[in-house]
Amino acid sequence: MFYRESGDFKATYNKDQQIFTIALDRWFVILFVAFAFLVVPFLINDYWEKSVLVPVLVWSIAALGLNILVGYCGQLSLGTGGFMAVGAYASYKLTTAFPELNMFIVVLLSGGITAFVGILFGLPSLRIKGFYLAVATLASQFFLVWLFNKVPWFYNYSASGMIIAPERFVFGIAITGPNAPPWATYLFCLTIVVVFALIAKNLTRGRIGRSWMAIRDMDIAAEIIGVSPLYAKLSAFAVSSFYIGVAGALFFSVYLGAAEPTEAFGIDKSFLVLFMIIIGGLGTIFGSFIGAAFMTLMPVLFKNIMVGGLGWPTDLVAHLILILIGGLIMFFLIVEPHGLAQLWRIAKEKLRLWPFPH
Amino acid sequence: MNSKLIAIIAAIVIVVGALYVFLSKEKEQAIVIDPDAELVFPSLSYRTGPYAPNGIPFADGYADYFTLLNERDGGIGGVPIKLIECETGYNTEKGVECYESTKGEGALVYQPLSTGITYQLIPKATADDIPVHSMGYGRTSAANGKIFSHIFNYPGTYWDAASIIIKYIKGQEGGDLNGKNIALVYHNSAYGKEPIRTLEELAKKHGYELTLLAVDHPGQEQKSQWLQIRRDQPDYVLMWGWGVMNQVAIQEAANIRYPMDRFIGVWWSASENDVLPAGDGADGYKAIAFHGVGDGFEVYDDLRKYVVDTGKAAGDGSNLGTVLYNRGMYAAVLAAEAARTAQVMHGVAGITSGQMRDGMEALKIDQARMAELGLANFGPEINVTCENHGGPGLGAIQQWDASSKSWSLITGFTGADREVVDALIMEDSAAYAAENNISERDCG
Repeated sequence: MFYRESGDFKATYNKDQQIFTIALDRWFVILFVAFAFLVVPFLINDYWEKSVLVPVLVWSIAALGLNILVGYCGQLSLGTGGFMAVGAYASYKLTTAFPELNMFIVVLLSGGITAFVGILFGLPSLRIKGFYLAVATLASQFFLVWLFNKVPWFYNYSASGMIIAPERFVFGIAITGPNAPPWATYLFCLTIVVVFALIAKNLTRGRIGRSWMAIRDMDIAAEIIGVSPLYAKLSAFAVSSFYIGVAGALFFSVYLGAAEPTEAFGIDKSFLVLFMIIIGGLGTIFGSFIGAAFMTLMPVLFKNIMVGGLGWPTDLVAHLILILIGGLIMFFLIVEPHGLAQLWRIAKEKLRLWPFPH
Repeated sequence: MNSKLIAIIAAIVIVVGALYVFLSKEKEQAIVIDPDAELVFPSLSYRTGPYAPNGIPFADGYADYFTLLNERDGGIGGVPIKLIECETGYNTEKGVECYESTKGEGALVYQPLSTGITYQLIPKATADDIPVHSMGYGRTSAANGKIFSHIFNYPGTYWDAASIIIKYIKGQEGGDLNGKNIALVYHNSAYGKEPIRTLEELAKKHGYELTLLAVDHPGQEQKSQWLQIRRDQPDYVLMWGWGVMNQVAIQEAANIRYPMDRFIGVWWSASENDVLPAGDGADGYKAIAFHGVGDGFEVYDDLRKYVVDTGKAAGDGSNLGTVLYNRGMYAAVLAAEAARTAQVMHGVAGITSGQMRDGMEALKIDQARMAELGLANFGPEINVTCENHGGPGLGAIQQWDASSKSWSLITGFTGADREVVDALIMEDSAAYAAENNISERDCG
């Protein structure tokens, strides 16, 4: 009924191995992306940009990055906030040192710098595993935040230790700073998200992704069949940190515009991204998006319903939101421990057979 | 008889004529009132999280004064006030969401009560032509109105506070600070780091030694910092703290028996909520203040009559007269006076945010006006100019008496070391202008 698959034959290997094998899925995704690129920029205003769309896009990249490390390679990390800080401070130093640089290049370089830092902090993963690795990455979280507080060079010796994104451009259009039009920042983030989601999807389907999953599922067996743990683990740390660095750069320069390390990149951010991928689904690309959307949009949605719609007191609503989000997380994890992506996968299987389940 | 009649007619003509001329003049000066107009004041408050003990009384004071104006005077200049509250939790991301969701409602001025959120709003609000009043917090160098056109931090800045405290200490020490050791316990954020540069400059000038002790958010863990103070025994301890950090610091100071009259906080570390948990141990704790203490002001009679007794108060009414309630109310008073100034300047009652900015820049409140507002001798006179958005920059030292559970001012209002502070303001605002390609406004 919903999926009409009869007559959709795969005659070539390329067709059989494409990302969305079901024609209807493929068309839906293409239409959705086309809508996001061609229609949304004309409808967007400041509120939708700053409170809804840009945060979801930024957190999606961070969740993608962490999902590569935790979901695909099985290396538990609690250093996300610290790595985002690296991306943010790298982009700040780059934009202030080279004002003419295109923002795309700034963001990519920030990701590269973070990837390097990520490899350094990934080295212990060759000797320690599981919770012990989580503790080691937790140390990176605290060390990096401390570093950005302590060394004035990182914040250009400003009196308050705050970093502020100056106005920077892509092809003559402001992307950062207060005068950036909402459609521009949105399209900038969307382009990066789409490109990096495609890269991530293909990485995880190819040789590197398979070596990550082999390490995740049983590292000794993987080593015996010829997967190099050194290469697999460090490449996972590098790719993951690259994504998280890109997210950090966007988070600071495009979304917030000003940040201080302790508050913007604290330990709660590390947990937030970890929750996103657990709720969304470990080891799935789709799960990163849906988890990020869930964790960023639910509070805004509840707030708008209860304060804007019902007119309840703000403090009561703030507490209610904590209770409701917590309740929802527990509900979804009890219903489906593998996350929202798995729920969707099951629903899709049912829809494909419907109305004739066997 | 005839002459009497003529005289009466002449008198009537003169009186009516005079009245007509007078009234028509009045008409010219009268402010145009649009019946649907509303003055929208967003309140980015925080009633939850580790900073709630300080956020709640401030938000209550801010809301209650506007309620009073609505109930007693029908608003400002005949236009009712609409207060939109939005919970930020002292969190910058929620602060951005609150700003974006309220600015479309015609917000006149933002008072985020958070240095972090203020930093976020400085470029945004300037671009949106909405003023920000960071009263005694935020970016200190925003006092330079030539660079920061939309940001105001009157009646005083952090750097004024730091300088006045050092001046007070110098007075206590008989005018010589050479070789003295002063420690700063600060919230490890933009807020807490603000005074460091000023204190360092002053250290060079006066020859004292400065020890910096950072406390991380939210500030419940301060054992190591106070252990260091216990070991080093600095001559004075200053504090730039907020929220739960204040209570913990004062308790820790009491635990190590640090002499309380040598422990001086900034005006944000100076509320009843901060000292009460330490009980008698907090007796003698000092802090700087930029306004009066207690509820011995006439405006409280009206607040009780129109707001609290009619059940329209934002809180339960128990906060009236506490330091932070006073400050929230003072913030609302200054905002309302600026709106009034803007109404007169532009001749419209339903002012826009750009007109509100003009009103804030032309704000003048003398002691006579303060007395009219029922706040005689509450704070120093205010005279904002295009160049100086930082106000008079005066502060007094207040001290806590644990037995009567009350604050009292122990000095008069004095000024800061302008030579040091102004030079730093110029330097920092010039750096901001260079980073963001802003040229100085012409202030005429």
